[in-house]
Amino acid sequence: MTESPPPVVEMRGISLAFPGVKALQDVDFRLFPGEVHALMGENGAGKSTLIKTLTGVHRPDGGQVVLGGDEVAFTSPGEAQHAGISTVYQEVNLCANLTVAENILLGREPRRFGGIDFPAMRKRAKEVLARIGVHIDPASSLGEHPIAVQQLVAIARAIAIDCRVLVLDEPTSSLDAGEVAELFRIMRVLRDEGVAILFVSHFLDQVYEISDRMTVLRNGALVGEHLTADVDRRTLIAQMIGRDLGALEAIEDAAEKRHPDGPVLVHASGLGRRGAIDPFDLEIRAGEVVGLAGLLGSGRTELARLLFGADRADSGRLLVDGAPLRLRGPRSAIAAGIAFSSEDRKGEGLVADLSIRDNLVLAMQAARGWTRPLPRRTKDQLVEKYLKALDIRPANPDALVRTLSGGNQQKVLLARWLVTEPRLLILDEPTRGIDIGAKAQIQQLVTTLAAEGTAVLFISAELEEVVRISDRIVVLRDRRKIAELDGSTTGVDEVVELIAGGAAPEKVVS
Amino acid sequence: MKNRLLWPLLALVALLLLNLVVTPSFFSLRMQDGHLYGSLVDVLKNGAPTLLIALGMTLVIATRGIDLSVGAVAAIAGAVTCVHIGTSGDAGTAIAGMAIALVLCAVLGLWNGFLVAGLGIQPIIATLVLMTAGRGVAMLVTEGQIVTVNNTAYKQVGAGFVVLPTSILISLLVLALVAFVTRKTALGMLIEAVGVNPEASRLAGVRARTIIWTVYVFAAVCAGIAGLMISSNVSAADANNAGLWIEMDAILAVVIGGTSLAGGRYSLTGTLLGALIIQTLTTTVYTIGVAPEVTLVFKAVVVIAVCLVQAPKARAALSFRKVAVSS
Repeated sequence: MTESPPPVVEMRGISLAFPGVKALQDVDFRLFPGEVHALMGENGAGKSTLIKTLTGVHRPDGGQVVLGGDEVAFTSPGEAQHAGISTVYQEVNLCANLTVAENILLGREPRRFGGIDFPAMRKRAKEVLARIGVHIDPASSLGEHPIAVQQLVAIARAIAIDCRVLVLDEPTSSLDAGEVAELFRIMRVLRDEGVAILFVSHFLDQVYEISDRMTVLRNGALVGEHLTADVDRRTLIAQMIGRDLGALEAIEDAAEKRHPDGPVLVHASGLGRRGAIDPFDLEIRAGEVVGLAGLLGSGRTELARLLFGADRADSGRLLVDGAPLRLRGPRSAIAAGIAFSSEDRKGEGLVADLSIRDNLVLAMQAARGWTRPLPRRTKDQLVEKYLKALDIRPANPDALVRTLSGGNQQKVLLARWLVTEPRLLILDEPTRGIDIGAKAQIQQLVTTLAAEGTAVLFISAELEEVVRISDRIVVLRDRRKIAELDGSTTGVDEVVELIAGGAAPEKVVS
Repeated sequence: MKNRLLWPLLALVALLLLNLVVTPSFFSLRMQDGHLYGSLVDVLKNGAPTLLIALGMTLVIATRGIDLSVGAVAAIAGAVTCVHIGTSGDAGTAIAGMAIALVLCAVLGLWNGFLVAGLGIQPIIATLVLMTAGRGVAMLVTEGQIVTVNNTAYKQVGAGFVVLPTSILISLLVLALVAFVTRKTALGMLIEAVGVNPEASRLAGVRARTIIWTVYVFAAVCAGIAGLMISSNVSAADANNAGLWIEMDAILAVVIGGTSLAGGRYSLTGTLLGALIIQTLTTTVYTIGVAPEVTLVFKAVVVIAVCLVQAPKARAALSFRKVAVSS
């Protein structure tokens, strides 16, 4: 790629400090028209902060932002948007109760006679959707559509105005493979139209597939800017985390050495819930890591929720230690030693406005009831132990959980359950949206727990991860359990084939 | 935390100073027959029922709820007790009457809790039921009359003295009790957890329903005690006017004290300050001689001012101006 066109965005020497933290230190960043530029770094490296500086959420303490040759200083996201910088965030920030058209043109509705011109609005929305090849009824309400489509609507909203720069902050974290392909198709269309796209993702495969250039940050400082074709993964990861991949490889070795033959801890027979997951049989042994593989919406989370009593089963039964257990809610599951770390950290996991300490002891305290508070000293010991064991940062028990980065939040959630010393730990997407260092730590933790006799049910959209650490892999498709495979002899390709379905005969190995 | 309480505290001090300027004797206290008298004591005494109800309201609001029925519950408590006492001058009858009333209030709290936690009705609607129906119940109990009693034991609750007026002592006792229970047990943390994120709390095994149920019962009992104070103070039960609009004052006290209506983090000290501000404000209206027809407007202006200085946006605007001036 020649560098003939001048950069549309140029950020020079950007510095920004939050109370107690230097979030960005003298960072340079360039974005060219017609390129997909990946911003890489671990959680807390400053990616989000840099984006927010560009989009007017934060004002830098030092440095300058040049947009299309003019120096700019946005004081609000609105101003940045007006100047042609549109942002789509990781979580869909739209109104589910409004129509697709209203969402796309919210705040810039076509008007007529002082009112909103609804026909014109639908027409305009349809045009925008057509530009990215999405064909849905603009008059339908947004909430009817799956998350993936809502994400595309968010992008349509972003490009509905004349946008020169499109920022996509982890747009793929809740999409399945097909949806990601669709998103990439749209990104390429926009890129070829000359839009500069800034892309953040934790999935290296995706970054290598879509991006033309990348900027790597670490600890708030610029590490380097490269053409994607010039760096291999090993170099990139080494730049991001400042160390090599040895940690991840050790985990695989550990998984291969284990041969769990502990007693059956949990046995589900014909357990199911209409509309959520078809009746399934499942055995989990003490010290075993069972992986759940399947596409988004294949019933992974639904299966886990039944085992935890978060939803009630309407068929089948559950045996724990060979004795039937009726789950009336999470409390009975917790009492039986089952723990469930939800994929939805913010919505169903953490209590964002409470401190790390309170979040850590919440499950244990809840089990004891409010009349028997944990003694202060026990609390402090537990908190100190897990802050250190899981390397949670900042190691300040009084910090509010919402101020932590995604990886650290995930660790706090994990620690909450580890405190209760569960016998079966259900981890739903524990590594989603977190950086590679934290990922390795969590995978390491899973293998350690299993070695100590804890049963783990591991759910992840990343098949490689499931295959790497599981002793046994349960494959789900269309809300049905379709196969059970031996983790040590199965490869990713085999699982993919099963998930893709149709062609491969259903085989059950156990 | 400290910072959050600074503005309500300043507002209270400002109001008190305003009174001092207008009425130089405002801060003077005197002892007479072993009783302490003075304007400050009056503020505390008159504010005692509001403070009690606001304490209950604080915990309810912390769980993302609201209880509109407290005024009606207060009226019921007074009505039941006065009807039970009737013409009796006996202390035992008075105590029995109050006990019956408070048990009944607890039952009413269970009802609110049932609607909110059991049936999942929105708190504002669920408690609106009892807010309107409760006055009717009180009317039924008193048969539409203002029931007057002459019972010295009952009089002690709202009009008695143990150096300070008994009602002040009762309110402070309840405040201390709530502070103790929420701090020393895990109740405070669990209430906050449920208020911030009910679903996450449920999945962590918190008995969210029980917690919510508990706070509504507590709020109703607080309202009951406040109702006893109000009724005892005048030795009469007025089903129509006892505790009228006190739920609004209580909610205001909680909000001024910095507890968000969105639930979650709460501050009992803030509520105490809030209740004091509201009562001082009412007193101020009289002492500085605001014309009766603009009294409510005056109160509204002060309340808006207090809320504004607490709002992050308004504060940002203020400090921005400060910076501009200094530079």
